[in-house]
Order: sequence, then structure tokens, then C-alpha cells
Amino acid sequence: MTLTRRHILAALPLTGAAALGLGFQHILSSMRTGQFDPRAIRTSGGTVPQFPPLSPLPGLQGAIEGIECTSLTQQNKPILLNFWASWCIPCVTELPLLSALAPSLTLWGIAYKDRPERASAFLARNGQPFERVGQDKDGSAAIEWGITGVPESILILPGGHVVWHHRAALTHEVITHDLLPLLRPFL
Amino acid sequence: MRFSHSFFLTVLLLSPATSYAVDDPKELLPNPQQEQEAEQIGQQLRCLVCQNESIEESSAPLARDLRKIVRQQLTQGRQKSDILAWMSHRYGNFIQLKPVFNGETALLWLMPFLALGSACALSYRLWFKRPMQARSPQDTALKKD
Amino acid sequence: MMDFFGPEEGHYALALACVLALFQGIAPFLKRQGRPSFFSPLTPGFAWAHALALLLAFMCLMLAALRDDFSVQNIAENSALAKPLFYKITGIWGNHEGSILLWIVLLGLCSACVSFIHTRHQNTLSRLKRHALGVLGLISAGFDLFCLLTSNPFARLFPMPADGMGMNPLLQDPGLAVHPPLLYAGYVGFVVPFAFAIAALIDGQLTRLWATLVRPWVLVAWALLTCGIALGSWWSYYVLGWGGYWFWDPVENASLIPWLSGTALLHSILVVEKRQSLRIWTALLALATFSFSLSGTFLVRSGILNSVHSFANDPTRGVFILTLLALVVGGALTLFAWRAPSLHDESSFTPLSRESALVLNTLFLCTLCAVVLTGTLYPPFIQLLLGHTLSVGKPFFDSTTIPLTIPLLIAMGIGPALPWLHGSLRTTCKRLYPAFLCTCAACIPAFVFLPDRMAALCAVLAVWVIYSSVLALFHQLRVATHPFRPSRKIWGMTLAHIGVGVAILGLCGMSAAHHTIVASRLGEHQSLDGLDWQLVSVTDHPGPNYDARVAELRVSRHGHPIAQLHPALRVFSHPHQTISQVAIRSFLTGDLYAVLGSTEHEGQETRYILRLHHNPLAPWIWLGGLIMAGGGLMACPFGRKRTQGTPS
Repeated sequence: MTLTRRHILAALPLTGAAALGLGFQHILSSMRTGQFDPRAIRTSGGTVPQFPPLSPLPGLQGAIEGIECTSLTQQNKPILLNFWASWCIPCVTELPLLSALAPSLTLWGIAYKDRPERASAFLARNGQPFERVGQDKDGSAAIEWGITGVPESILILPGGHVVWHHRAALTHEVITHDLLPLLRPFL
Repeated sequence: MRFSHSFFLTVLLLSPATSYAVDDPKELLPNPQQEQEAEQIGQQLRCLVCQNESIEESSAPLARDLRKIVRQQLTQGRQKSDILAWMSHRYGNFIQLKPVFNGETALLWLMPFLALGSACALSYRLWFKRPMQARSPQDTALKKD
Repeated sequence: MMDFFGPEEGHYALALACVLALFQGIAPFLKRQGRPSFFSPLTPGFAWAHALALLLAFMCLMLAALRDDFSVQNIAENSALAKPLFYKITGIWGNHEGSILLWIVLLGLCSACVSFIHTRHQNTLSRLKRHALGVLGLISAGFDLFCLLTSNPFARLFPMPADGMGMNPLLQDPGLAVHPPLLYAGYVGFVVPFAFAIAALIDGQLTRLWATLVRPWVLVAWALLTCGIALGSWWSYYVLGWGGYWFWDPVENASLIPWLSGTALLHSILVVEKRQSLRIWTALLALATFSFSLSGTFLVRSGILNSVHSFANDPTRGVFILTLLALVVGGALTLFAWRAPSLHDESSFTPLSRESALVLNTLFLCTLCAVVLTGTLYPPFIQLLLGHTLSVGKPFFDSTTIPLTIPLLIAMGIGPALPWLHGSLRTTCKRLYPAFLCTCAACIPAFVFLPDRMAALCAVLAVWVIYSSVLALFHQLRVATHPFRPSRKIWGMTLAHIGVGVAILGLCGMSAAHHTIVASRLGEHQSLDGLDWQLVSVTDHPGPNYDARVAELRVSRHGHPIAQLHPALRVFSHPHQTISQVAIRSFLTGDLYAVLGSTEHEGQETRYILRLHHNPLAPWIWLGGLIMAGGGLMACPFGRKRTQGTPS
């Protein structure tokens, strides 16, 4: 049996299907290890966006300053910006991890679409790891940041470079595999 | 908001459950022409919470905020392309339901031409321009019977 | 009595079905000294026993649902004491495990039907049938095993809950009760052409007889799939409540892709039957169609595709599915790559002939199929390869697929007017010229009434398809001596083509749809599209497992009442969810569509939010789908001695 052009043509569907199959196999195995999320949204980093200044939460221990653009870009240390809300359940589980990070990393928090008294009470109850907390009452600052929900965390390096945007609750794995390597030059 | 995972454990769950897209008449623009344009723009933008819907169809609060922004910017006289660019700048290419043509999406956009072209070329070779002697001996034998 | 046919019996029957399917799959291929073994003639028996065992399993699950046996996990998670009886039955296939069981039951029934084919002791045909049954058995065995090992509908729960968790109220709907069985029947129906194509490739013989044998199966599966898709789209139109009917969601695409390739198969198999040509292509389409339906149904469940309709995701399931797909699809395509080159087409075509038109049609359909497939798979693959996320949605598909349907529609009008083998340009033009004139006349209303140019063009072409199909039918009737007998195929084809035209007119009409959202007081009048909508009353009614708030709307035109609409809000207690019940009044000219939203209180005043739609020609979309399916069934040569075709 000689290999003719007909044979090559007839093998094309098999090749295509095999390529697709391999792709699917790869996707499935990455989904199992958590590296592939079909619902993921990725944005290319860039710089700190222009957003309206956010007033601080009243009656909060420690964090008395609000957040605005200039203060974010003028920092000389990396900042982890965390969007959270008192009505968000994953935020409760995320707070202890943030508290553990707080000694080595500056954390700024933004209360997303939340009432100030509830937000303050939430932090008083679950721990307060943030150096500054701003209120984003109508969610307009969140849109400037490209936030799709809470909790989301953004790492900003000195000079206002946004290098990492995590669109889910932080976990131990995410912190050790994704966040800490980015921070290594600064620790 | 980030309840998608447990949320989607429910089988065959369809997102719009309680309220419907634009369920508040105050959201609409008074000028019907502008409102129609706003709807057209909204249909190009993907809801980031319930994913496979446009923001016009979605009932998620974020979709409502984005709808509001689209309408605000339209009344400020901004163009469709500006608004789409504004959205892409914040949420990435993901938000555009119609991907922009670039190196990454070239194959996608050229697929109709590629598929049609190769199909035509192949069928022409196979079924229309076949010299008679190219037939297999089997077939000629069949013909003789 | 209570103890008979419980979940354990069902579980046992499922396991038994697995073994029987394996026997069915192996028996026909066993050889002893070059001849079929003793077990080979038993294959049809195995197929029957397999189908019966699966039916028994299905019945057991149904009985468990009816008896509210919450010790079965599937029932506990998807049913509740308060659920109406009808939804207790249909709820069986409203979840992953149950729908897989339904899928394999339908597959088993297909095998059983194939074993019914009378081959009249023709040697080649009976071998073809045996091999096809074997392939069906192997596929069944794989999926039975999948059901048993990864999605067991009979898995038990301990301790047994007192009441179930209830079913998603959106799914408690008669449309959704019928939609999955029809759609699955369509998907599964394409397994028969698939199995016969493999059998033919094993033999290396794909003859006219093969085509005659397989064509009815293609027609039936295609008609069912058409019905299923139309019903699904209608369901989303009246349940989801924003007047949309097709969203280009991966789940919808997963049904559209096999439909497109199935339609192509339907046409190319005609060429095999008539001219004994296009054989490799037909075999490939037969393999591809079922592969697409298989991949579609199952990849949706693996969670790779990002869809509105989410099934429970389980990566182990995904791996099992992928392995099965690799075996079935990979095996089939390997066989194709190996054997197809030895199939030779008998003759080449002249450009102006029926077969060329059919080739052209399959080309366009396959291009459409490739576009939809690429669009659906592009986002996950780009994310895999480049790490970027992007979206491919309705605007993309609209702007790529609509231009491709235009030449398809033009060809659809010309094709039936062309004779086989060789046609002349003059006769064709002469025959089509009345249709062309009518189409030109249709341009004026289309471009006047439809604001969108593309929609208007499509509407004109739909008119073209309808007229030329009717014309072709008249021509055939004049030629034929008896109005029904010789041209049943022609009747079916005409009907199906008219259905396409009608559906496209409906889609075009929908492009001129209008809607408005109002906050209305009782008694207030609203106007939309020259119609007057008055909110007459809002009352509360209790239902079987919900409480409803029902509004009454009176619609009138120029003071003449034309319809009463009753949109409602249903508050389900179990699970707690509010569902809007859309009110639709269909006329031949369009739909009046109303949705009741939330209630606003401003001081003493109460306002009800209403969404009002006027959708011109909307019912035509589904009417067209039904006509298409009817045409497909009509073209089916039931009751004829179809396997006795004379090989000339």
C-alpha cells in the first residue's frame, strides 16, 4: 500500500480530532490541579487607574486614612489591595490569611458596596489586617479597577505598577505559588 | 459575589432567576434612539458575573452598573468604539463578545474564508476536475457490468 | 409490592445492561476458522435484552421518584414531596445522572430497532447489520459503564432525609419536560448512521444499498434533533423572559453543530443513493455527526466550556468522558483514515446538476459547522495556548454565520430545479423565472418593514426558497402520474425547505421586535408599536407548590381589544426562588409578550414594573422548525421494502 495524497487527506480528520483531544486532555488535567479555570478573566496589568478618592471607614482602629490614586502610586513598598464586603462569605475565610500576611506586606482594603457601620463591625469581629481602608459605596472605583466581584486582590509594586490581579478568595496555595514569588525582590 | 462555585453545583442552573435585565424603567434613556444604541452597545459587552450573557440580558448588579455607565457615556456624546475601548481597558478583551481582530483572533475571524476556500478547492479537485482515466480499475469494471 | 423494582433492582439492571452490551459488542466480531462464530446470530437477542434491562433500570428510577424514595441521592437532590406528579416523572432527566440514564436507554432502543431491520438473507447486508450492531454494543457498553461508575443514578444516601431539596423551578415546565428526550433522541439517533458507516468501512463497501438502508435513520434523527433544538429555543424564549430565543451559548452550539453536519449528511447521502458518488465524504459526515453530538453532550458536562447551563462538574467524570470519546471518535477516524482511501467515487459531476447543488450545499453547511465549532472552542484553546482570556459570543456568530447562509439560501432555491447528471442553463432559468419574479416583488415589503438591511435580504431570500420549492413541487407533480407515491421524497424535501424559509422569515421578523419597560399603576395605559396595553388588575393566587401574583393586561388596537395577557410572578418555597411566568399571546403576525417584574411603592401609590414586547413573526421560527421536522419525517420511506433496492 503506497502512501498517496488520498491517504494524507483521509488522515486529516483524525489528526484534527487528536489535536483537539490532546488539548482537552491538557485542559482537564490543568483544571484538576487548579491551573486552568474556564471562568477566569485575565487582564494585562498596567498602572494604577484614576479612581475617585475613597473616604476612610469611621470608627476603625488603626486605619484612619482613606485611599486615593496619588497615595497608591507614591508608595515605595508593594501594596496588596483587597476588595471585600461584609456581605461576602468567602471574605470571612480570607481574612485570617490576610492577617497572617499583614506583618510582611502592606495591605490596603476597599469595602465594596457596603454600609460603613456594617463594614466596621465586620472588621472588628473578624480581625483588621488593613493599614488603610477606603469605602467604595457605589462600586464606581471598583469598575475603574476592573473588579468583577468580591473578594479580589491586586498587587501594586512601587511606582504604581499593577502586576497581579487575583479574581477569587486568596488561598494558601495561591499565596505561596503566585503571590510570594512576585514579592521576593522586596522581602 | 464570589459564590459561583457552590452556586453552579446546582444542576442545569440558569442564571436569571428572580429579577430580569433592565427591570427598572428609570434606567432607560428618554431618547428612544439613544436607548436603542445603548442596547446595541450593551449587547456587545459580556456580563462578568453570569458570564454567558450580555450586560443587557443580565440581572447581576455589576451588569446594572455597567449599563448605567454605557448610558451615561452615550449621553455625554461618546461613540460606541470609545465606550467599548473604555470597557476593554478595564476588563480586558474578555468583556467584548465580538473579539477584536488581531493576531490572536486571526484564525477565528478568517475561519469562514479558510473553511469555504479549502472546501471549494478540495471538492473541485475531487468531484469536478477528475480526468476520466483517474478512475480505479474496480470502478471501470463495475461500469462494464 | 412496595419492595419490587426498587433502586437496587434498577442498579442491578444497569449492571446487567453493561454486560449484555459488551456481549452484543463482541459477539459479531468473534470468528471461528474464518466463519462467524456460534454467538454471532445471537447479537440481535443481546441487543433486545440490553434495551430491556435499561428500560427496567429506567422504570426503577421512575418508581423511586414516584415513591419519593429520598434514600436515593439523585431523588433527594432533585425532588421533593410537594413537587407535582408530572414533574416527579420528568424531573428524572432534569439532572446529570438521570439524563445520562435516558441517553443510554435511547441508545439501547436504537440498537434494538436496528436489530429489527430485515435483511432478507442478503449476505452483505446481514453482515453489515451484524457489524453495526456490534459497534452499537461497544458504544453502549462504554456509556453504560460511564453511567454506572461515575454518574450512578441509584447511589444511596444515608441517613435518608425526610424531604428532598426540590427542583429548580425554572425546570418545572412542560416545555423542558419534552425537550431533553427529543434532543437526546436526535443526538443518539445519529449513532445508527455512525455504526453503519463503520460497518461499511470494515467491509470496504459503501454502496447504494447502504445509503438506502441508512437514509431513513438519518432523516428520523435529524427530524428529532430539529424538534429538540426548536423546542429548546422556544423554552428559552418563554421561560427566560427577555424575548431572546438563541444565545449562541456553548450548549446551544453543541446541538447546532451536529444539526449542521447532520443536514449535510442528509443531502450527501442522496448523492450516494442516486449516483454512488460522494462516498468518502458521506462516510466522514456520518462519523462526524455522531462524534459531534457525542462530544457536544459530554464536553458540556466536563465543565470545559463556559456555559450558562452548567451541569455539576466533576473532573473524574471529565477524564472518563475523554477516554470514551478518544476510543469512539479516535477509533472511528482511524478506521476512516485506513479504509477510506480505498473507496472510489464512480463518476465526476458537471457543474450544473443536482449533485453539484448538493455538493455546494454540503460545503456551505460544513463551513457553517466549522465556524460554529471554531467559535465555541476558541476561548478555551486560546487560554490554554496563550493564557489570554477572550469571549466569542452572539455578535461574533451573528456577523459570521448570517453572511454564510445567504449563498446557502440562494443555492437552496436553485438546487431542486436542477436535474440529476446534467442540466441546461436555459431550462433551469425558465423553470425558476416565476419564483424569481415573486422574490423581486417581495423586496419592497421586506426593505420597507425591516429596518435592518441584512434581515431584509435574508427575508427576501427566504421568500425565494419558499417559492422555488413550491415551484419544484408543482413541476414534479406535473411529471408524476400519482400525486403521492413517486414523489414522497419530493413532498418531504419541499416541506423541509419551506420550513427553512418560514423559520428564516421568523428570525428576520424578530429583528424588528420592540420592547419597553414601564412602571404602571392599575388602570394605566401604555403604548407600544401602535398597540395599547392596559394593566387591569393584579391578584394573588396560590398554586400547588408556589404562590403566584398574576397581572391582567388588556391589549387593544385602535380601541378594539385583541388580547388578554396574564403575566405572573411565582414564589416557590422549596427551594425558595421567584420565577417570572411570561405571558405570550401568539398571532400569525407576531407575538405579544409580557413579563411582570417587581412592585414599587411610592407613598400611597403602587406601581408594577412591566416589560412589554411586540415580536413580529416570532411564532414562525418554531413553526418553521416543526415544518422542517415534518418534512424530514415525510421524506422517510416508512413501510416500503427499503432494503430490497435493486443494485444496478
